[in-house]
Amino acid sequence: MDRIPILKMGNLLLVSIQVDLHDQLALDLQDDLSERIVATGARGVLIDISALEIVDSFIGRMLSTIASLSRLLDAETVVVGMRPAVAITLVELGLYMPGVRTALTLEHGLALLGAEVRVSRSDEDEIDDAQGDREPDGLAGYAPVRAGPGGGEPATTGAASRGDGGRTGDR
Amino acid sequence: MTGMDSQRHPIVTESDVVRVRQVVRTLAVAAKLSLVDQTKMVTAASELARNTLVYGGGGEMMIDLVDSGRRRGVRAVFIDTGPGIPDLDLALTEGWTSGSGLGLGLTGSRRLVDEFAIDSSPGVGTTVRVVKWSR
Amino acid sequence: MDVGDVGDGWIEPLSERDEVLTRWVERVAGDLRARLSVPELQRELGEIYTALTVALTAGGTDLRAEQFGELRALLADLSSGRARQGFTPRETAGTVFALKEAATAVMEKRNVGYRDYVRFSEFIDELGLFTFETYVRTRDQVIVEQSNQLLELSTPVIKLWEGVLAVPLVGTLDSARTQMVMESLLEALVSTGSRHAIIDITGVGAVDTQVAQHLLKTVMAAQLMGADCIISGIRPQIAQTVVSLGIEFGEIVTKATLAEALALALRRDGFRFVRRAAGAEIR
Repeated sequence: MDRIPILKMGNLLLVSIQVDLHDQLALDLQDDLSERIVATGARGVLIDISALEIVDSFIGRMLSTIASLSRLLDAETVVVGMRPAVAITLVELGLYMPGVRTALTLEHGLALLGAEVRVSRSDEDEIDDAQGDREPDGLAGYAPVRAGPGGGEPATTGAASRGDGGRTGDR
Repeated sequence: MTGMDSQRHPIVTESDVVRVRQVVRTLAVAAKLSLVDQTKMVTAASELARNTLVYGGGGEMMIDLVDSGRRRGVRAVFIDTGPGIPDLDLALTEGWTSGSGLGLGLTGSRRLVDEFAIDSSPGVGTTVRVVKWSR
Repeated sequence: MDVGDVGDGWIEPLSERDEVLTRWVERVAGDLRARLSVPELQRELGEIYTALTVALTAGGTDLRAEQFGELRALLADLSSGRARQGFTPRETAGTVFALKEAATAVMEKRNVGYRDYVRFSEFIDELGLFTFETYVRTRDQVIVEQSNQLLELSTPVIKLWEGVLAVPLVGTLDSARTQMVMESLLEALVSTGSRHAIIDITGVGAVDTQVAQHLLKTVMAAQLMGADCIISGIRPQIAQTVVSLGIEFGEIVTKATLAEALALALRRDGFRFVRRAAGAEIR
């Protein structure tokens, strides 16, 4: 049984749906993604649907469910690349996918997640500072995401140290 | 309105729903529907095929190209012999849903097509006929 | 076919294909004054003549009958081709009517009776009317195509700033045009990777319920795709219509002018506007 591949990039998970989704494949993706979010401690999920020629209520609900699931697991989901014809059809269908954040392109999606995570990072800064046990290395884990909107540091440095150090830092 | 050789496709498994989408797309292209209209028709077919599978316990789709003299179009008919819909008016009420998304499937797909006719009797089954015309 | 039936006597003489066809081509070539070449006409009229005689031999003169399918198709091709090439209705139908005169000589030679000749003439009239109907239908299609092209021309999507697109709508908005705007704007957002769209309706005279719905749907579709959409230039009368129609503009951002909408889009992208101090050097 084939499955939709999930790529890890820094503290993000990247899913590009390239096939005509049948229902079981969609359900599998839901399961696989939540497992991977927990296993990798990812803070963001990007789902590229630019290859999808249609999104019906089933796929729309899948995207909503993934967004809610990942939010519970402390990761923000952004759906990118929805085609105009698909968007027009969804509006006509009355399916507005509440709770699903969208972005025009992968780049915009990265920027959106970058802004999100940066906010939560500065919150942690305050707490860490107050407790006086701030670990500079632990926070480096957010570097790839911070680089999103303006460009900046290469993504790989952060990704390497992210896995364990970052996780303990933010408890 | 005249129809040309009609095709018959079973809707018994989930992958049949995917095949229905592909068949409808091919005919929508042949009828020279615009990209947006193709997408609307394929989406409507996907909703209706899933209804046939999930609520009708399986069935089939008949599809053909139609010609009104001025415009071409695609006509798809979804037939099942399932439990039927007891209250059609309710099922077609905006925003109503059986709890598993049936409502959106019917009312939503009705908004996506140009012609929509439904016939359902409890215990006998449900037939939904939709047509999308080229602009 | 009932052989020997009164009125069918005109069919047999048409078997003198060469003679009739040659005259027919000559006549039509003369009428069209060399806008179509003789070999072209020979091929075109030759096919029609073949289909005609084959169908007549099969029996009956009802043009709607199955054996006339081929003939109908060829005549439809002829008239839609003529319509697109800009031939007049007279020239197009005249091509068919010329067959009457072309066949007169063989009819006389065979002593075709008056009654039979009238039948022949009626049949050709039928063919001519059919051709004319197809001609009109094709012209209608051409008009529709042209108005579609006009639609595309009249709704340009323009770039106001990096990442900011606008469509200024002018004139009367009908459903078809609004839908077209919606599609081309959304396509342009994708192809240029622009995050902001502005629909300016300053130049729009009136908005009805359907058009307002289309505008709303465009905004919602843009939002679904992850773009921001602002509607600008809503004049007081239109605002009143929208309110009195009970249309909910909901969370949709509206601005009085295109300038304000652009400023908002840029602010959302993090731009700040600062006026240079008086007297500062301008480069």
